[in-house]
Amino acid sequence: MSSLTAPPTPELPGAMAAGLPAVRPRRVRALALPRSGKVLFGLGIMVAFLILAVIGPYVAPYNPSATAFTPGLHPGAAHWLGTTLLGQDVLSQLLVGARPTIVVGLVAGVIATVLSTVIGVTAGYIGGATDEGLSLASNVFLAIPGLPLLIVIDSYLPQGARSNYVLIGAVIALTGWAWGARVLRALTLSLRNRDFVEASRIIGEKRWRIIFVEVVPNLFAVLASSFLFTLLYSIGTYVALAYIGVIDTARWNWGTMLFWAQANNAPIANQWWWFVPPGLCIALVGTGLALLNFGIDEFINPRLRAAGVTGRYMRKVKLSNRPRLGLTPVIEGFR
Amino acid sequence: MSGLEQVAAAPSANGTGPPARPADREVVLEMSHLSVDYGLGPTALHAVVDANLTLHKGEVLGLAGESGSGKSTLVYGATRLLREPGVVAGGEVLLASRSGAAGARMDLLKASERQLRAIRWSDISIVLQSALNALNPVVPIGKEFDDILRAHSRLSRKERRAKAEKLLSMVGIPPARLGDHPHELSGGQRQRVMIALALALEPQVVIMDEPTTALDVVTQREILEELVGLRDELGFALLFITHDLSLLIELADEIAVMYAGRIVERAPAAALYRAPRHPYTLGLLHSFPPLHGEVGPMTGIPGSPPDLAAVPSGCAFHPRCPYALERCARQVPLLGELEGSGREVACFLHGGELSVPVELAVS
Amino acid sequence: MTTLLRRLGVYLLTAWVAITVNFLLPRLMPGNPVEILIGKIQGRVTPQIVHAFERQFGVGLHQSLWSQYVHYWSQLFHLNLGFSISLSAPVSSVLKQSVPWTVGLIGVSTVVSFILGTIIGTYLGWRRGTVFDAVLPVATFLQAVPYFFFGTVLLLVFASHLRWFPELGAYSQSLNPGWHWSFVASVLRYGQLPAITVVISSIAGWIMGMRNMMVTTVGEDFVLMAVAKGLPKRKVIAYAARNAVLPSISNFSLAMGLLVSGALLVELVFNYPGVGDLLLTAVQNEDYPLLQGIFLVITFTVLSANLLADLAYLALDPRIRRQA
Repeated sequence: MSSLTAPPTPELPGAMAAGLPAVRPRRVRALALPRSGKVLFGLGIMVAFLILAVIGPYVAPYNPSATAFTPGLHPGAAHWLGTTLLGQDVLSQLLVGARPTIVVGLVAGVIATVLSTVIGVTAGYIGGATDEGLSLASNVFLAIPGLPLLIVIDSYLPQGARSNYVLIGAVIALTGWAWGARVLRALTLSLRNRDFVEASRIIGEKRWRIIFVEVVPNLFAVLASSFLFTLLYSIGTYVALAYIGVIDTARWNWGTMLFWAQANNAPIANQWWWFVPPGLCIALVGTGLALLNFGIDEFINPRLRAAGVTGRYMRKVKLSNRPRLGLTPVIEGFR
Repeated sequence: MSGLEQVAAAPSANGTGPPARPADREVVLEMSHLSVDYGLGPTALHAVVDANLTLHKGEVLGLAGESGSGKSTLVYGATRLLREPGVVAGGEVLLASRSGAAGARMDLLKASERQLRAIRWSDISIVLQSALNALNPVVPIGKEFDDILRAHSRLSRKERRAKAEKLLSMVGIPPARLGDHPHELSGGQRQRVMIALALALEPQVVIMDEPTTALDVVTQREILEELVGLRDELGFALLFITHDLSLLIELADEIAVMYAGRIVERAPAAALYRAPRHPYTLGLLHSFPPLHGEVGPMTGIPGSPPDLAAVPSGCAFHPRCPYALERCARQVPLLGELEGSGREVACFLHGGELSVPVELAVS
Repeated sequence: MTTLLRRLGVYLLTAWVAITVNFLLPRLMPGNPVEILIGKIQGRVTPQIVHAFERQFGVGLHQSLWSQYVHYWSQLFHLNLGFSISLSAPVSSVLKQSVPWTVGLIGVSTVVSFILGTIIGTYLGWRRGTVFDAVLPVATFLQAVPYFFFGTVLLLVFASHLRWFPELGAYSQSLNPGWHWSFVASVLRYGQLPAITVVISSIAGWIMGMRNMMVTTVGEDFVLMAVAKGLPKRKVIAYAARNAVLPSISNFSLAMGLLVSGALLVELVFNYPGVGDLLLTAVQNEDYPLLQGIFLVITFTVLSANLLADLAYLALDPRIRRQA
């Protein structure tokens, strides 16, 4: 359908030009991410937090809920990140809270990505009325503000269900699939008319075989990018839901930490060690995901990659000017 | 001096040597020893090597070659419009600028950004292959004329509008269409708009990079005829880049042929058509049907143009050359004048020691 | 025109979905959350209110779902959104007080953030490969910080510590609200830190989007042509930016949902008396009528903003305009 977004979304032009190997996809290149510092840093952050999610509860020094200590202690030797105004150990809360935060993000990210792939690829490949219907559904879900909808849904859930990670993750996924579906649909539409897909159709291969063997592997880069994006969205949304107190505030995650800090006026009381660690962890996870996404963006759209003649290189060879549009450098005598 | 029809007739007029030219041909653009690289350092690709070209006032110089031969890189490098990672590795590009003192020539490779901005479009303008991509998609074409005239003249709003209307009708488009956007025009109309834009400031040099390649043959023909008429009327020098040698034979006064970054032959158009001296030119001539006249056998050239990252040693053409000698693989033949003919060729077959194959010899 | 009508159709459908979700959720949700709530409020409010409540949420009614739905719509048309239990007032009048604060705060910060972010992104995209690229990691980090956390930090540093800004609320409590200068000045002063929070938290998205689109657009022929024409640099950048900004505007609907969600939580941090603050009250008290009303108001506001963005797009992209 010709929506207002007719000029391709930022991801698309490059993807069509370069990200997709136009060869038979049986030899799909592994996603060779540019090995830039950005990507490695992002990968490092993500690996560190994944480890934290696994071991967090085992290495936590205290029971995070126990109100057993002097309230409001500054960070120190006994309590590395201090204690809350309720006398709980902040570090233990942070360590125990890592797992649910990341698990819910992953659950939501996986479900949303599967949804957006199925819906986007089906719409793009089959076209016609199916496409119209599915595109309309994605547009509706894009337009509906996600967080308020989630708050409404979750507030009707019984208390027990509100601490069920998988359920909460699934509900978050419900509001997070539409963007990916739209991007994947546009990409599938363009792939559909490529020679190798056309050829498979003429040979008479089955539709689902074509979709899974010929089309989906070529969507891999965009799929990965969409997954990371959804992961970022899901973690942010989960934390926000916990912060506003819709989901079980007695179970520890980084959002509930912030909820209790806010409820006890920690910012006004200058108790920075209470709310800064969880906030920083969320921001770090987000940064790691975004950096990984950069790598994928540059893989998809080569124009974003720094070109061979960078300003740094020019300086290294003692040429003052970085290349500028309309001022091709002259390197007389350098060669 | 040459309308399209006249030149087209020339090849059949049984070789009378190079056509007569006025002795005082005024040079408007001269590139010497121009080299252009992609990238820096040891991994740089040499896209243009040691190219010399001279463009005379009111004449059409054709630059031919397969894609990847470096013909576009050469002109973008010379005009400093080449994008990164392109760099000009050396040479001189002298433009007879009208804004400077009489007779003064400006080296584009030494010019500052400000100096370049001043001569751009007013002295040297350019038409790209795809007008659809070259026109700003979100503004009406009238705005493109207006922007140029505003940047380079002191005309009032009304005068600019009048001038834009005049320019548009000059290329056969009703002035009312100034309010149209690029996507509302046909491919031929868009390219006409580009030509009108290129002539807006009556520059001495107009560069056209495959301006008609994207068009159908009939439109192509119309536009070329119009172009020749405009050239006769306005007297600009035209540097015309194309892979279509047969088109150049009819349009150009002089033709330079490029292969793998080097100019391998340069000659007056009629002479080049009648008697190519480089085996590559010969191959190219057999690759396209002429727009006029008899269609000879079309044979093409075996093999494909070399990758810039792996240019063959010696003469880059030798692996595809049916006349290749043993030394062609070792030594690079340099462009040299064939005595007394006013033309140049870079081929060992014309070194004098050997008998020249009959296809490449003077008829 | 067709394009605009289509978009309008999508928005109307979205509004219908939101309303229907509101209607169906309490009726279909397992565990009878509404009945539990009624048990809790019984005796605290008048029987009329309990009755209206039962009718709104379909508890103990011997009516078909369809006739309940028709009734639900007729109530909506009369702008009757029910009665807020926690605030003991009709939901519509509660919202009438809160919505202007939110629309003012979010509206102003969104516009500022979009304009500023687009300008910065334009410049970064144009000067790609220079020291200005150092902004990118910072922007990436900012993009990942939750709005409300960022607000909390700003509150701590600039209000509690440095005392550059007032701490909480939307205006000084010593003033009587009204259209007089001292009150307006107070509102502007109290609004600064929340607005700065929203602007800084949301600006990174606009910067990155615009920067990447600029980099892509500068690679287009028409930008090279602008240089070849000898146009002033300012003009060349404008050529590219004018085209690069289009995807930003067409992505507005996605951004709007995220931005509004984020900004609502900022209100919580600053005790700003807008819809976000109301949302917290509703969640804490399981005040379903209020919650439903808030959801509808937010959805309608976001949809209207999207429609405005669509109109802007239509004005800026002639290709769509003619097609339509």
